[in-house]
Amino acid sequence: MRYILRRLGFYLVALWAAITLDFFLPRLLPGDPAATILGTGGQLDPSQIQAVKEALGLSDQPLILQYFTYLTHVVRGDFGISFSNFPVPVISVILTGLWWTLLLGGSSVIISFIIGNLVGIFGSWRRGGAVDSFVPPLLVFIGAFPPFFLGLCAVYLLGFQLHWFPTRHAYEDTLTPGFDPAFFGSVIQHMLLPVLVLVLTQLGGWALGMRNTMVAILAEDYITMAEAKGLTQNRIMFRYAARNAMLPSITAFGIVLGFVLSGQLLIEQIFSYPGLGFLLISSVQKLDYPLMQGLFLMITFAVLVINFIVDIIYTRLDPRVRAG
Amino acid sequence: MDTHKKVAHTPNGQQTPSPEAVDVPVASPEGHPIEQPGRQEQPVEIEGTPAGQIVVAPPATLPVPTRQRLVWLRTLLKNPKALVGIAIVVFFILVAVLAPVIAPGDPTEFVDAPNLPPSAAHLFGTEGQGKDVFRQTVWGAQISLLIGFATGLLITIVSTVIGMTAGYFRGRVDDLLTLLTNLFLVIPGLPLLIILSAFLSPGTGTIIGTLAFTGWAFGARVKRSQTLSLREKDFVAAAKVSGESGFRIIFSEIMPNMISIIMGSFISSTTYAIGASTALAFIGLGNVSEVTWGTNLYWAQNGGAILQGAWWTFVPSGLCVALVAFGLSFINYALDEVTNPRLRAEKELNRTLKGTAFKKTKTRATPVLRQSQPK
Repeated sequence: MRYILRRLGFYLVALWAAITLDFFLPRLLPGDPAATILGTGGQLDPSQIQAVKEALGLSDQPLILQYFTYLTHVVRGDFGISFSNFPVPVISVILTGLWWTLLLGGSSVIISFIIGNLVGIFGSWRRGGAVDSFVPPLLVFIGAFPPFFLGLCAVYLLGFQLHWFPTRHAYEDTLTPGFDPAFFGSVIQHMLLPVLVLVLTQLGGWALGMRNTMVAILAEDYITMAEAKGLTQNRIMFRYAARNAMLPSITAFGIVLGFVLSGQLLIEQIFSYPGLGFLLISSVQKLDYPLMQGLFLMITFAVLVINFIVDIIYTRLDPRVRAG
Repeated sequence: MDTHKKVAHTPNGQQTPSPEAVDVPVASPEGHPIEQPGRQEQPVEIEGTPAGQIVVAPPATLPVPTRQRLVWLRTLLKNPKALVGIAIVVFFILVAVLAPVIAPGDPTEFVDAPNLPPSAAHLFGTEGQGKDVFRQTVWGAQISLLIGFATGLLITIVSTVIGMTAGYFRGRVDDLLTLLTNLFLVIPGLPLLIILSAFLSPGTGTIIGTLAFTGWAFGARVKRSQTLSLREKDFVAAAKVSGESGFRIIFSEIMPNMISIIMGSFISSTTYAIGASTALAFIGLGNVSEVTWGTNLYWAQNGGAILQGAWWTFVPSGLCVALVAFGLSFINYALDEVTNPRLRAEKELNRTLKGTAFKKTKTRATPVLRQSQPK
């Protein structure tokens, strides 16, 4: 419990740091931020500049007061109005993207985590065997490709040339979202290719990490003991070795999540998948600064929450953490 | 704050040697002045002979201890994986340096009709605006690699200073620096990178700065945990007793023993920087007037290369990024193999068993050797 509270405290500090960073960003812009943002300078009428300043929380108040105004706005979920979707508030633009990102990211992480760990387990079990000699180098090779490049190739080859998968959007444009089988079928069909690309890019990391920890754990005395007791190979492999070898994988989850998300942002962009990454990149291209700031905070918030959930799972898996 | 020191992998397959993996160079105190008395010439020995004469013996030649510190480096250069990786990386460095010779001419020049497929005149074809893709790919190596290696170096310096300071001084300094490291680890890198680049003025310097700002934390964490274990060694205690200052101990006593980790971190930071800067340029956040692999991809995507089936406009640049990253991670993979005693011991065992009648049983956790039955 104390461990959980300590982690919670840390995530709150992290969230505060992200909010503070977000606050100072527009103030990093050279010159007058509002004029730079509107990109024209000079021929703006003062009321327009004033409106932009207010949208960014830039006022003539002292910095510290601006900061507190900003904090209270963020706590209320008020990120201002999106320039490019005027007059939709940033928060509602973000919420439409959040679920798509969670769907795409969640399924790819779960699939690659399971397959990758299985490859790692079997690879370490038969070291030098077929799985171990060919799969890890192959996965390293695939993992070396920038995810968005794999995405481009997949869209080109499997989408445009072979027409196996739809290449853009999260569902058929003709369908209206709702609880009907046609809609769900379309959503799954549109997910297949991006998920495939994401799984391919993540698999190598999980498999190698698991393999290396397994190699270390298989040399432990309790494994020898388990063999001496005559337990079945399967039982030793999964209940004794893999369970412990998974702990570092789970600890690494938080860091991995950052990388996964980075890859996913660009994959969403390539597939025009309407998640947070697609929104973020298009907001950058449209110079929609309030949306950018809001998206950064929301993505960070999501990552922190998932990290916290993983921490809770971790305490269930590793009794040592619970005790101490 | 964080009790788990063992973070062994990133999803890119980059291997960072886990802290306990690098005992080998550490355990050998050779090369340290205090513990190395055998190096000086020995005083000439005087022996009494049976006849009572005094014979001056020739100066004893004591076996000079081989310097253990860089053994891993020599082993690395014999490792086939490392050689493949080094060959790939050196090849691309040569391409970048010799770009004016390999692909003479201005890469931004409009040479022919747009979207021509590869031909003898244009090896990689032309892109959507009629520029030569081969020239763009070759010249693109320059800035892409420059950004990669410069950022790698910057990240390595920052993470080494922060990680080692935190690990050596412990206490308040450590708490603060570790908190900072963990914050940067948990705040997602690419979104931060994207909004930083969006708000700052574009340019190569900005890209290197922002990449380093978002990418130093992982290396700092690895180096901190390594420093934590090294600071308990005898040679550090000896240096303390002899009154050396903290920073001197960190950088001239402890750091030489961490060179393999620092090199591994330089390689993985460079890999990260090349990938991330390409990604940034791809979404249009680099300096789009420069020729880099990332901007080539950006123009290919913007020119509708996929819709027009012009695969030759995006495959070469993407492949170059992938190959460099692959070469770098192969070096790191080999580095891990060389410095991880467990992986190394296993290789040696396999080599010893090769050609003998003994076989390792396959499924056992602890290898058991069995003599194979003659048939």
